[in-house]
Amino acid sequence: MRLRLLAFCRLVCETCCFSDRVRLPDWGISMRFGVETIAVGIGAFLALLGAAFARDSMFEAHMWVLFFVLLCSVAVLLRNASFSTAGAQSGNLSESGYFDEVVKYGTIATLFWGVIGFTVGVAAAAQLAFPDLNIEPWFNFGRLRPVHTSAVVFAFGGNALIATSFYVVQRTCRASLFGGNLAWFVFWGYQLFIVMAATGYLLGITQSREYAEPEWYVDLWLTLVWVAYLVVFMGTLVKRKEPHIYVANWFYLAFIITIAMLHIVNNLAVPVSFLGTKSYSAFAGVQDALTQWWYGHNAVGFFLTAGFLGMMYYFIPKQAGRPVYSYRLSIIHFWSLIFLYIWAGPHHLHYTALPDWAQTLGMVFSIMLWMPSWGGMINGLMTLSGAWDKIRTDPIIRMMVISVAFYGMSTFEGPVMSIKAVNSLSHYTDWTIGHVHSGALGWVGMISFGAIYYLVPKLWFRPQLYSLRLVNWHFWLATLGIVVYAAVMWVAGIQQGLMWREYDDQGFLVYSFAETVAAMKPYYILRTVGGIMYLSGGLVMAYNIFMTIRGHVRKETPIPGSVPAMQAAQ
Amino acid sequence: MDYQTMRTFADSWGLLFMVIVFVGVVAYTFRPGSKKEADKIARIPLDED
Repeated sequence: MRLRLLAFCRLVCETCCFSDRVRLPDWGISMRFGVETIAVGIGAFLALLGAAFARDSMFEAHMWVLFFVLLCSVAVLLRNASFSTAGAQSGNLSESGYFDEVVKYGTIATLFWGVIGFTVGVAAAAQLAFPDLNIEPWFNFGRLRPVHTSAVVFAFGGNALIATSFYVVQRTCRASLFGGNLAWFVFWGYQLFIVMAATGYLLGITQSREYAEPEWYVDLWLTLVWVAYLVVFMGTLVKRKEPHIYVANWFYLAFIITIAMLHIVNNLAVPVSFLGTKSYSAFAGVQDALTQWWYGHNAVGFFLTAGFLGMMYYFIPKQAGRPVYSYRLSIIHFWSLIFLYIWAGPHHLHYTALPDWAQTLGMVFSIMLWMPSWGGMINGLMTLSGAWDKIRTDPIIRMMVISVAFYGMSTFEGPVMSIKAVNSLSHYTDWTIGHVHSGALGWVGMISFGAIYYLVPKLWFRPQLYSLRLVNWHFWLATLGIVVYAAVMWVAGIQQGLMWREYDDQGFLVYSFAETVAAMKPYYILRTVGGIMYLSGGLVMAYNIFMTIRGHVRKETPIPGSVPAMQAAQ
Repeated sequence: MDYQTMRTFADSWGLLFMVIVFVGVVAYTFRPGSKKEADKIARIPLDED
């Protein structure tokens, strides 16, 4: 049954243009990526038509962007074309027998978008502290903020997830990626989505749904890419040689399927014109709000949590050299996370028009999430039991441990904030921003950095990283940056919330809104400093990885305890 | 099928179904003899490359 399914999938793939080579008639030669080049060329032409017949100026501008991006892609594809005789084998598989080239590209893309995302974050933070930095119209805060959030969540995090999932699923299934060049389509299609989303925000194109700002045509493209991603991942699972599906793959699969479902439902919309940017949501009023936060919170739960837990369950055992503390606990972790997370979204709509029972339901499920979250954290940390010394001697392990610690802390803080009484103080304040960043910078960022430091020497067949001391620098810059950021945002948020609700004895509000904004200035400057520290860590990492790929090894004294001490001769 | 029918179904039979599946998963995971198999599976990432 499995084989027949596999044969069918392969047939479908090969007939729809993802065959490795296309044979040109009569010449007896074939051209690598021939069909793909033609398809991108047709896409560029369609974009040109879109620009010509656009119904609004923003759509026209966006189609010009798309046209130039696709035109450059055609040029690059043509330059790489090799016209070899038919039958000559070309393959994606590297020396390891796995399809790793796309993982290498994904690793570099993760770093590239990471540095961009952190930089835009610092810029947006500086704009809050110094409003003069808002440069109209393209670079004001309202447009830069979604660039920052999408760049770090979807570009940095998404590339890290795609790259590591392709790496992990091949290793743990002992099978190369299914679908041949389909994995390339996933990678480049996803980069195109990122470019279209980011340029759209700068042009002012948005459907005003948080973390789902791109308009309908970009959403449709992402749907296509995501389905291809699912086909590659599922196909690899189906053709696996390992009888059991390792738990990391369960988490990755849950992430891919759930994001597909969330993305499609949340973006159900009717475009005003097929040649215009504007679309209207299929939902209205409070249903629309709940759909958005059902999506929004599960983007946190399944994109930023489940996917990265998949990373945790593979890379921590690998780096520590010991199996996960309790495999059975990891199964319970998986199912309880899946069963509970999907209900937690309504806690984003406390004290709104959402029915009270739904608010309470969201709160109760958020609190229940403590159990799987902490079960998972304990499982990750206890994997090191018997090897605790590695925290002192191995900066990569230290990075992974702090990330799991931040996972524990932010999944403790989140349920607290979902309690309605706490939420009445914390909601709409900078406390929420601090919470998101302790999860995103601490958990998501650190586990991705750890995974990349593990991956790069393996992928490029280097004996070691360029420098472990630089990893240590990265660790401290990032950790201190997060601590500064989160601590400052707590103080800022609580002060903000208290100022908003301060009444005098006659029942009047004590502070005007502008006064509460002015009071935030020192905190906004400090959070920018925290962000700069985190960004510096990212730059140190980019340099370290660049030098590792180039094959350099830095001359440095090893970290104390990392090599066995010399025994004095007896 | 109106909203009320659907939500009544969800908070009765739907809820029961979810609880049974979840309890079943937990019971299956901790069934006697599962530890040995689980320890073997946990080594999958370490046995490869």
